[in-house]
Amino acid sequence: MARSTTFRLTARPTWRLPNLAPLGLMLASLPILAYLLFPILAIIFRVDLSAMLEHLVAREVGQAISLSVITSAWSTALSLLFGTPLAYLLARRQFRGRSLVDTLIDLPMVLPPSVAGIALLMAFGRRGMLGSWLNDAGISLAFTSAAVVLAQVFVAAPFYIKTATAAFAGIERELEQAAAIDGASPWQVFRYMTLPLAWPILLGGLVMSWARALGEFGATMIFAGNFPGRTQTMPLAIYLGFELDLHLALTLALIMLVVSFGVLWLVKAILRQRV
Amino acid sequence: MSQRRTLSVLMALFALLLSGCGQATTPAPSPTAVVAAPTTVPATEVDPSPTDAPAITLNVFAAASLTDAFQEIATAFEAANPGVTVVCNFAASQQLATQINEGAPADVFASANRKQMDVVIDGGMVRSEQVQNFAQNQLVLIVPKENPADLQTLADLAKPGLKLILADKAVPVGQYTLDFLTKASALPEYGATYAEAVLANVVSYEDDVRSVLVKVRLGEADAGVVYTTDAALAADALVQISIPEAINSIATYPIAPLTKSAAPEVAQAFVEFVRSAEGQAILNTYGFSSY
Repeated sequence: MARSTTFRLTARPTWRLPNLAPLGLMLASLPILAYLLFPILAIIFRVDLSAMLEHLVAREVGQAISLSVITSAWSTALSLLFGTPLAYLLARRQFRGRSLVDTLIDLPMVLPPSVAGIALLMAFGRRGMLGSWLNDAGISLAFTSAAVVLAQVFVAAPFYIKTATAAFAGIERELEQAAAIDGASPWQVFRYMTLPLAWPILLGGLVMSWARALGEFGATMIFAGNFPGRTQTMPLAIYLGFELDLHLALTLALIMLVVSFGVLWLVKAILRQRV
Repeated sequence: MSQRRTLSVLMALFALLLSGCGQATTPAPSPTAVVAAPTTVPATEVDPSPTDAPAITLNVFAAASLTDAFQEIATAFEAANPGVTVVCNFAASQQLATQINEGAPADVFASANRKQMDVVIDGGMVRSEQVQNFAQNQLVLIVPKENPADLQTLADLAKPGLKLILADKAVPVGQYTLDFLTKASALPEYGATYAEAVLANVVSYEDDVRSVLVKVRLGEADAGVVYTTDAALAADALVQISIPEAINSIATYPIAPLTKSAAPEVAQAFVEFVRSAEGQAILNTYGFSSY
């Protein structure tokens, strides 16, 4: 696709394009770029450095950060573990209802997180469809850190599954078939052929999913509640801090900005090297 | 191809979501209704002529606990003032105060405590002499109908292992709850460690009073503390354990028009309407006591 575009561009008289088109494009790109950047800069400029240092050592800030790191790591690992087989299935097999499954996976991405929270409560709450049964078995999920992870997996796993499906679909079947003819078992084909080839894109999907989990707010608030150190992740601490102490909220917001940017940037760098 | 199909499904979904959002009900004002505004408005330099004024939208920011009462008051006010549409924004008072100070378009603020009213006074959004109290409320302990933790008295709240939901201390009802626990701890019948033991049972600090109500009602927690008016809304799904007057907190609700209101005389008229016999009668049906 990219090749044909460049071909068409070079085939046309190019003497007018070099000057005007890039400049016009740049000007047309500016408004949205400025709009996306401005609020982020506004946060950075509003942070009072001494207040920030003071808040960095506050117990609630530390609790929120470590809880966010731990829960988002868990939810990303679970998305990888349970999302990969599903993605591979969707990429490799045509079956009845495949597009239905595909659409269902899209759902959590477009649903408001509050809907996700209510849905999780109806399913896993103490009187929920599964939750009441779990409760009888002595397992109570609501208001625990596990509930935070569940909320994150629900809203974030689709980001990984969709990307992984595309990654697997992009690997030519002939390669896998050739390996199979040479005597490789399906697992060996997947482990030594498909997975290494797809890995850079899988990693990209994992990072998107992790970033979504880190920012999860609505479903967590409804399903997991808000308790410092147990279910109060960074987004919840920012939301409540916004009402109690703006500097606390700004400090956490800045940390989230820096960490998210750093990780996204790092992964892009890794991908550039691999591809 | 499958992408196009996905897209059409998404679009249908969005259409559904959008149609579900258009819930701002604007009942057609009855043409015979009397205009009450000009008579109740104190003299202002602006000439208030709401009779032939074009449609006015009044944005009322009210504490979450006022939701049901203020919806009815808004309808009654609209009926009495043709051409005025009241749009209510219900949230925890501290959220509303923050929104107002950040420039949200509001005409009237009804808070669940004085503290959050002071926040907007400090923000220059309300003149303190215009603040008037209009209702009172009290706390009550609520338990799901099945009473899973077998709570019988207030003292049982300190039983270890209980799951209790409170509102966050940023929310007025959360602060009132902490006050109640402190008062109880000072009494010998509860003991000095009462507050500490109760707080150890908290599983979540919710961001407004209605979340506490809903989660207890759903049976997600064993108990919660809300206003008596909230508990009354779900009376058949809850067991209520009253909190004695001596340790209960009396929540007093202040209301005021905002200095930046685009329709100050209508805002003032709304405040007067809430404090009028008709407004108070509506509040009373929802369990608020008059101030």
